[in-house]
Amino acid sequence: MANPHRAEAIAGTLLALPAFILMWLMLLGPAVAVGLLSLTDWNFGEPRIGFAGLENYQELWGDRVFWISLRNTVIYVGVSVPATVLLGLLAAIAIEGVGRGRGFYRAAYFLPVASTLLAMALVWEFMFHPSVGFVNQVFRGLGLPTADWLQNPDTALFALAAIGVWQNLGLAMVLFMAGLKAIPPDLYEALAMDGADGAWERFRRVTWPMLGPALVFVVAITAIRSFQVFDTVQVLTEGGPSKSTEVLLFTMVQQGFTFLRSAYGAAITIVFLVLTLAITLAQTTILDRRAHYG
Amino acid sequence: MVKRVLTHLALLTGAAVMLAPFILMLSISLKPPGEVFSPHFALLPTQWYAVENYTAAFTKVPLLRFLLNGLFVTLCIFAAQALTALPMAYALAKLRWRGREAAFAMVVLALLIPPQVPAIPLYIALWQLGLLNTYAAIILPSTISVFGIFLMRQFFRTVPDDLIAAARMDGLSEWAIVWRIMLPTAAPAIAAFACLSFIWNWNEFFWPLIAVQEEHLMTPPLGIAFFSNAEAGTSFGPLMAAATVVTAPLALAFLLAQRAFIEGVTMTGVK
Repeated sequence: MANPHRAEAIAGTLLALPAFILMWLMLLGPAVAVGLLSLTDWNFGEPRIGFAGLENYQELWGDRVFWISLRNTVIYVGVSVPATVLLGLLAAIAIEGVGRGRGFYRAAYFLPVASTLLAMALVWEFMFHPSVGFVNQVFRGLGLPTADWLQNPDTALFALAAIGVWQNLGLAMVLFMAGLKAIPPDLYEALAMDGADGAWERFRRVTWPMLGPALVFVVAITAIRSFQVFDTVQVLTEGGPSKSTEVLLFTMVQQGFTFLRSAYGAAITIVFLVLTLAITLAQTTILDRRAHYG
Repeated sequence: MVKRVLTHLALLTGAAVMLAPFILMLSISLKPPGEVFSPHFALLPTQWYAVENYTAAFTKVPLLRFLLNGLFVTLCIFAAQALTALPMAYALAKLRWRGREAAFAMVVLALLIPPQVPAIPLYIALWQLGLLNTYAAIILPSTISVFGIFLMRQFFRTVPDDLIAAARMDGLSEWAIVWRIMLPTAAPAIAAFACLSFIWNWNEFFWPLIAVQEEHLMTPPLGIAFFSNAEAGTSFGPLMAAATVVTAPLALAFLLAQRAFIEGVTMTGVK
């Protein structure tokens, strides 16, 4: 071998090249293209394309449906993320400390993550059935108010959020379990030496502060996944009743693919991307700050 | 003691809620139409209707075809992902070449882009190539997994350099080192990567919905949505039978390989 460094450099480049090209073709290139497309006036299939500056964004600004969609997405995320994170954390702590039956509980709570959401959404449609559905039967039994959850504009978005919580809770749970395992046990022992070993004290003084980075991560992951809500909307409500479950990705598909307004759909995609990136940015900022002062 | 019982009680209630949809799905898939809407829920049917429901699920729509499509698509996607991700991960983790840092920065950047973002340009490109409504249309956008590259790179970094140096002394090429040295040592990471890739692509609905309209190309989620639309809520028995069949492969795989699944998801959280 004449020059091993040169040989290594060539091998490195060649091995990385196929994935690098595919990454640009399928992901980075199209992401750039979506940004450029959003600055044009192109509708799918039209022969000519013209520069439109920020016209699509101006139209979005005045589009009532877009604002409803954005508002609904934010409500959906705002409801499902805290519920998912809180229940996931409770489940993780309870299962870690329960001893026998751990394997069963973990599997039961995680199963929805590994199942086909679309198939399960249809089961949920039946669960939310106004007369024979499980949900109303249980609510009636407990003396709680009942509703036609998916057909009522006041409840439909929350019913979808409940399905979202059900599906993502197990994910939050296993991520928290990994975080819990990383807490050194001697911290709890030290706390016990101080004479404080109640469950609440343990949680407040050790678990919660030590779990910080995991918490930020789980919130970010859950938020990003919730922003992508689409499957349940598409098969159960189609944005209705009266736009009460219209969410960003659904609006994007409607505009970009059903109405063939590619450029307008691209502008919605950019809004969606910016919101997702904002979550990631917030996550890194918070983690950095903790790293500096914590 | 009391605390332990209470914890179990709370966890059991939670587990009942988490499992209720699965139990309901199985239960309805066994019942005749008359019992599905009975006001009092019974777990088991009085008149068994399983054969009729499951037969209907496979004959009213080409359910077997959907399952085979799903299998074909997920296998092709994972093969392409592994074939491209492993060499790049090795190059990023263990080789020195110009542009390595920049390439890795791009992988991290690509990780931040939600999979729905490239949809419109990809659709336009596939349309111009005349590839809409083909298997290629479903498969191509997923052939790259930046998550896989990232995961494998992190894992490969922990492999000792001596092992690679010894392989080079034995005359192995860099390509051979990826597959004969790195691949076997990274088995757990690859298992996690494979599990996630299968969960994600078997369940994927957004992109196949856009890319194909023809029944014979539909993947399981698309097929079952199509079935549900066609039946418009009239035949819950066969629909739940189809839902059971579609959910079963992943659910069973998960129950058999829980550790790989959970580890995979823990390593990432991405999907």
